[in-house]
Amino acid sequence: MLKTFRIGGVHPPENKLSAAKNIEIFPLPETVTIPLSQHIGAPATAVVAKGDKVKVGQLIAKAGGFVSANIHSSVSGTVTAVDAVPDGGGVRKPAITIKVEGDDWEESIDRSSALMKECSLTPAEIIAKIANAGIVGMGGATFPTQVKLSVPAGKKAEFLIINGVECEPYLTSDHRVMLERGEEVLVGVRILARALGVEKAYIGIENNKPDAIEHMRSLAVAYGDVEIVPLKVKYPQGGEKQLIAAVTGRQVSSGGLPIDVGAVVQNVSTALAVYEAVQKNKPLFERVVTVTGKALTNPGNFRVRMGTSLRALIDHCGGLPEDTGKIINGGPMMGRAVANIDSPVTKGTSGVLLMRAAEAKRNEPDVCIKCAKCVSACPMGLEPFMLSKLGKLGMFPEMESYHVTDCIECGSCSFTCPASLPLLDYIRLGKAEVMKIIRARKS
Amino acid sequence: MSGVILFTILTLCAIGVLAALILYFVAQKFKVYEDPRIDTVEGMLPGANCGGCGFPGCRGMADALVKNDDISALYCPVGGAPTMKSIADFLGKAAPEKEPQVAVVRCGGSCENRPRTNLFDGAPSCAVAASLYGGETGCTYGCLGLGDCVAACNFGAITINPETGLPEVDEEKCTACGACVKACPKMVIELRKKGPKGRRVYVSCVNKDKGAVSRKSCNVSCIACTKCVKVCPFEAITIENNLSYIDPAKCRLCRKCVAECPTGAIVAVNFPVRPVSAAETGTSVETH
Repeated sequence: MLKTFRIGGVHPPENKLSAAKNIEIFPLPETVTIPLSQHIGAPATAVVAKGDKVKVGQLIAKAGGFVSANIHSSVSGTVTAVDAVPDGGGVRKPAITIKVEGDDWEESIDRSSALMKECSLTPAEIIAKIANAGIVGMGGATFPTQVKLSVPAGKKAEFLIINGVECEPYLTSDHRVMLERGEEVLVGVRILARALGVEKAYIGIENNKPDAIEHMRSLAVAYGDVEIVPLKVKYPQGGEKQLIAAVTGRQVSSGGLPIDVGAVVQNVSTALAVYEAVQKNKPLFERVVTVTGKALTNPGNFRVRMGTSLRALIDHCGGLPEDTGKIINGGPMMGRAVANIDSPVTKGTSGVLLMRAAEAKRNEPDVCIKCAKCVSACPMGLEPFMLSKLGKLGMFPEMESYHVTDCIECGSCSFTCPASLPLLDYIRLGKAEVMKIIRARKS
Repeated sequence: MSGVILFTILTLCAIGVLAALILYFVAQKFKVYEDPRIDTVEGMLPGANCGGCGFPGCRGMADALVKNDDISALYCPVGGAPTMKSIADFLGKAAPEKEPQVAVVRCGGSCENRPRTNLFDGAPSCAVAASLYGGETGCTYGCLGLGDCVAACNFGAITINPETGLPEVDEEKCTACGACVKACPKMVIELRKKGPKGRRVYVSCVNKDKGAVSRKSCNVSCIACTKCVKVCPFEAITIENNLSYIDPAKCRLCRKCVAECPTGAIVAVNFPVRPVSAAETGTSVETH
């Protein structure tokens, strides 16, 4: 029987429309807008000014703290502005705008496609290279990778788990990366394992991608102790704690971190970025993005430079369909609806999904009948109906005792609710308020 | 048989007397004295338990009023001056004075002035919307119109006007308890001096974007042009973060700034209509 996690979970329609589409290189845009905050943690500080000439891969913003990430130019050209620009939610955030002129790369970047298997750097050197390249978790959480690889004193990593689950419906970028760049991913996995000082690595892949499982299995034999673990399809298996439970059977306790059970989890796209950074000196300035939607003429997977506008992506795939109800940055479960179509692709953009008006429409909420479907669906073992109610009433201290901070905001509760209640909306609000209370208590 | 009954009754009586004695002495030993005036003062307060005074309810306020010698910092916004005066007289303390205040919604971004750029279909709560994104219009500072202030008001003083999509405060019902001020995630609502006959002049905008940006998203936004600062004879107006603010303590209600404001962001309310001057300057002088 296939492995999966034990608590909760749902199975939304998969709709992987672009699974068979090869990764295309997206044409260079005319301008790019690169936000200074593309990661969790402190925003980066710009090191270029208006009028500066930059090259592809040049550092344009430095990490603003320990939990932060460097940002590199994705194009060559002239900086036209370092100013606040509306993000996907319409809120103005600092960003660097660059007018594209040619495609002139930094000389240090190795642009050949030759596979470089050998890596003899020490763990500290690898982590430094990853930090310099500005790599963040590319599954969507955008947590700076070097921080995750720096195992705190007293803890020990036992194995590395690579997330090739891609449990979000519609998204196919990780799937395509495994199929087309499997060897590079595996070298990246070996480098990550080396940085952590572990031998064992698992790659978890859901069995709705049999071709990827087969392909990675055939390649993995040459890469030491790497085990491909096929998983039963269940959302949110790509969640860190769910993936650990699925692959190893270990449970991360409430409030704990994966390292507490000896695990470090990284995404396949992150592994690819690590390979490119360590072996090819290429910082993170482009990524694979799935552009998809049932009404879209030509969905596909593209290698896109950071800062390209969503509008350019949509136009390239046949233009914005007329009855579009929602544009989502990410997948339908955890992605965020976009209010500003000119917002850019960032390090965490795994996909752009266009939903038709009928699909996007939320049903009228009804009253909660305490059926507890949300309780069964919650992969963290929480009581979403209660948390949501408390959040609506503004009873935040009570929410803390109901462990709202364990919520991973996967949306399984809202998805499963027969009364169409906006459960997650209030839980997310309460979680943010509780985090504020906890921070205030600490300081 | 009767001996058993008698013994039982006597034993029970003895236990009863003993327990009563213990309870009596324990009650004497741990007696907590409570000023009877607290109950009286609580009765004199309106009993709204709104928290507008800063205490969790009227009981807490009554307790503080009785215990503190100086009650000048305590004020019940619901009962207002008459209540405070009668309580101060009862306690023999100096009555705290405070000018009556009213909640003011500082946003003029009606559907007409501030076109919608997207539709929010999440949980109908300003707090939820504000935690997710900038809002349904180009202005990320102004009123979201989902009615958290309406829900927070214990007195039914705020309603959303369906035509403008903005909350409106009923000045008669508003007690200036400040619940709406706390509920608003965008900090659009402010407690301001009610003013003589309810006359007030204020900047009905909270947008801190640069003028060109805020003007693009809303017709009646403050663009920080500084015209009002220059025209004010009483130095009551300051501009900070691209936003003008009129200090109610300094404003003498001359309304020169209202006439001067190029976008109509400065609003005068409850003034008698002056059709001639309003027509001349072309500004929107709101009258309620």
